[in-house]
Amino acid sequence: MRKPRSAAAASLDPARPASIFAALGDETRLRLASRLCAGGPQSIARLTAGFEVTRQAITKHLHRMEEAGLVSGTRSGRERLWELDAGRLEDARRYLDVISRQWDAALLRLQELVED
Amino acid sequence: MAGETDRIEKQILLRAPRGRVWRALTESKEFGTWFGMKLDGPFEPGATLRGTIVPTRVDPDVAAKQKQFEGLPFELIIDRIEPETLFSFRWHPNAIERGVDYSAEPTTLIVFELKEVADGILLTVSESGFDQIPLARRAQAFESNEKGWGMVVKLIEKYLAQAA
Repeated sequence: MRKPRSAAAASLDPARPASIFAALGDETRLRLASRLCAGGPQSIARLTAGFEVTRQAITKHLHRMEEAGLVSGTRSGRERLWELDAGRLEDARRYLDVISRQWDAALLRLQELVED
Repeated sequence: MAGETDRIEKQILLRAPRGRVWRALTESKEFGTWFGMKLDGPFEPGATLRGTIVPTRVDPDVAAKQKQFEGLPFELIIDRIEPETLFSFRWHPNAIERGVDYSAEPTTLIVFELKEVADGILLTVSESGFDQIPLARRAQAFESNEKGWGMVVKLIEKYLAQAA
């Protein structure tokens, strides 16, 4: 069930957070994001450890996340270090607040109805 | 942290008689008026109602946003009706993908509780059970995007809570 969005949603650019959510819309990518958040910048080798998927697959996931601007890779010697872009997560948090107000919006309509 | 991602709770003070609030919540036609849905029968414990989304008549801006979901079918399973005190039902949250059968999936429980206070009725609404919604479904909500905000938020919330 879709609940109507509050007016605050209008002030945000839906295109950007949408790409973040798409980039996190996969268990592996979500776990990668979680690892990067907890462990700071990491190499592919370290990120791949513990996953039952290939290094190539992890690389593909990281690139998808990079396209969304969720992570970035910087060269460090012979390898690339991947890190999370905290600003983007802040966007996602803002959206979270907006959604949490969906019920508020519905309740305000109820209020309007019963207090008439 | 499970509790934080599983449940939403909201409160609002309604300056209206208890009977009026109760009617707006439990008469399916009135409920539809403010929520923006058309239901095929009265609310009775255990009843499964079929409904469709219709733009709300209370707020024109919201109605415009709901327009894209007009006619979308969904089910509402009535749980408890305790006169003028508590009303609860279940539904499939964010079941807004056309042509998808959600019937075998877990539902969330929505509970409205009325409490008399000095200025009117303090209404508490909670929706819980989000942690039971399959990850695959939440992920799908991402991919089909925009529509998936409800689940997106749960998932992001969960992720942030785990990562913190």
